[in-house]
Amino acid sequence: MFLRRHPHLLVFLSLLALFTLGVTLLSEAMGTGALTTSFTKILGQTLCLCLIAIAMDLVWGFAGILSLGHFAFFGLGGYMIGMWLMYERTRLIVEPSLLAQALPPTAQEVQDAIAAQIFGVVGASELPAIWTFAGSLPAQLALVVLVPGLLALVFGWLAFRSRVTGVYLSILTQAMTLALALYLFQNESGLRGNNGLSGLQNIPHASNVSQAWISLWFVWGSALALAIGYVLATWIVSGKFGSVIRGIRDDEARVRFLGYPVETYKLFVFTLSAVMAGIAGALYYPQAGIINPAELAPVASIYLAVWVAIGGRGRLWGAVLGAASVSLVSNWFSGGGAPDVTILGYTIAWVSWWQVMLGLGFVLVTIFAPKGLSGLVDLMLVRRDPSRGDAAVGRDDGSLRDAEEAR
Amino acid sequence: MNTLLEVSGVSKTFDGFKAINNLSFAIGQAELRAVIGPNGAGKTTFMDIVTGKTRPDEGTVRWGDLGTSLTRMSEARIAREGIGRKFQRPTVFEDQSVEENLVMALRNRRGPIPALFYRRSDADMDRVRELAAQIGLKAELARRAGELSHGQKQWLEIGMLLAQEPRLLLVDEPAAGMTLDERQHTTNLLKEVAKTRAVVVVEHDMDFVRRLDCRVTVLHEGSVLAEGSIDHVTRNPRVIDVYLGR
Ligand SMILES: Nc1ncnc2c1ncn2[C@@H]1O[C@H](COP(=O)(O)OP(=O)(O)OP(=O)(O)O)[C@@H](O)[C@H]1O
Ligand SMILES: [Mg+2]
Repeated sequence: MFLRRHPHLLVFLSLLALFTLGVTLLSEAMGTGALTTSFTKILGQTLCLCLIAIAMDLVWGFAGILSLGHFAFFGLGGYMIGMWLMYERTRLIVEPSLLAQALPPTAQEVQDAIAAQIFGVVGASELPAIWTFAGSLPAQLALVVLVPGLLALVFGWLAFRSRVTGVYLSILTQAMTLALALYLFQNESGLRGNNGLSGLQNIPHASNVSQAWISLWFVWGSALALAIGYVLATWIVSGKFGSVIRGIRDDEARVRFLGYPVETYKLFVFTLSAVMAGIAGALYYPQAGIINPAELAPVASIYLAVWVAIGGRGRLWGAVLGAASVSLVSNWFSGGGAPDVTILGYTIAWVSWWQVMLGLGFVLVTIFAPKGLSGLVDLMLVRRDPSRGDAAVGRDDGSLRDAEEAR
Repeated sequence: MNTLLEVSGVSKTFDGFKAINNLSFAIGQAELRAVIGPNGAGKTTFMDIVTGKTRPDEGTVRWGDLGTSLTRMSEARIAREGIGRKFQRPTVFEDQSVEENLVMALRNRRGPIPALFYRRSDADMDRVRELAAQIGLKAELARRAGELSHGQKQWLEIGMLLAQEPRLLLVDEPAAGMTLDERQHTTNLLKEVAKTRAVVVVEHDMDFVRRLDCRVTVLHEGSVLAEGSIDHVTRNPRVIDVYLGR
């Protein structure tokens, strides 16, 4: 029923399933080795980026809140799962040697030994208070959801309640992610300062499983999360809730005069989107292997907005298309995949020139193709679909007259 | 008269300019009222104050049988109290279908959770079709509101206003951009609606006001210049001087 009303859902889920199956069959774990383990990891990470792109599209494309701080939530999700990964792995290394001693170690001794291992690099040996639950996987998983969710809730409550909108809100979200990154850079933050958390690709209790298999597990997990995120987002933006948030995007005051508590809606979408970003981050960083405060740099969140814009905001599959294509292409260029070109004695090194290309691409898309790549897909399918929940954004000619009228 | 809304002694200054000056105004439970006045008289600002968009510097706005004060309520809260508003320029959600626009306006629970789990009931959809017929947009239900003509958008906004089932309707220049036929239709609709609820209509078109056949309030420089039947106020020399005589 739900599927029939949203044809794009079926297409998306089928493509995702095909993709996952393809990666599985070609993976190193299956023995073919057509895809290296490191590339499998990149594909898995790309799925996570698609998930945060959906989260971004929810707040920006649908509710009109241009958040430029979503990587703060993504990073926090990564840190929360990273804490458990590091703690547990260190415990498994430290404990046997302690147990070999004549006297069995106390819980405190075990903890001190773990802390010394983890924080030796920043010259500390005490376990910071925020690591209290690091030994418990369920607790850290809960924090993956709770920490980004609470930050978004408090930030959103303060910002929306004072009716901060538009550019001012975007700047505020940039400030938020910058402040968080600067805080995490300090050793006193208790998260190993600029060293960040590392060795996250080594999953505790799975030391006998090869990285080839672990990378495949994460592809499956990320694909599942993306599928759930996509279905959830589709459900949210269709129906009356979707109507209301798109109304808020297009004319916030009007929605208010219909009696809807606009701030509550914004807070709801913003928080939900932050939670999705946190989950995406928690799946991403074990595949990346390392997380450090640089991941929360303001520019990361700006890139996210660029991906969504290039893909086509205001439609979920557009966001996914943008995130997947731009991040993969950018990986190829910046990883030295593209051969350098020499024109008139000047060598274009794509590794650095790629950024310029991306910036240019963004400007061109914004000016000439407001619907982004998804507009190209439209052209290919020659599709006009007026009443869909994921219809394109924007006003049309009829409204021009109103603008004149208003003058 | 059983008063529904009572505005008394309200003033509002914008950057030293007194847009509303010691304004008092009252309307009954089921009454049609026309408000006229020159450009900048404060008609829209008056509506802004009643609907909570603008906070008055002084004065009171009392609502309903209990005389609840509206001056501290949020816009959304006031709307839920039963005050609906149509803006001077038509503001409908252009990106959404006529049907979606009406469904959003229907009187239902307004919170995010009820909206998330909202299912279109048969009763609701009957009501939507009934409203669409009333505003002449029955054939356009599936069309995007942005594709409608100017007059049709005005109609849609009136339909959305009715869908909210407010006890007081504030209608700012409903006839702007309408054909003569459409104006006639609008007059009839507003008169019909005012049998069961209070309606305040701001309009510049004197023929339109005359057809409404109701009590008229003339605003000038932020306060009431005259009030009474259309013939009474149009004979008032000061009204002729500041408004009609130009
Ligand atoms: N937010 C505001 N800030 C500054 N001045 C304002 C504001 N809102 C209204 N005004 C001023 O208050 C005065 C009254 O404006 P208002 O829009 O209420 O007039 P009006 O009677 O509706 O006129 P019209 O017939 O042109 O619609 C105008 O001079 C306007 O410039
Ligand atoms: Mg006005």
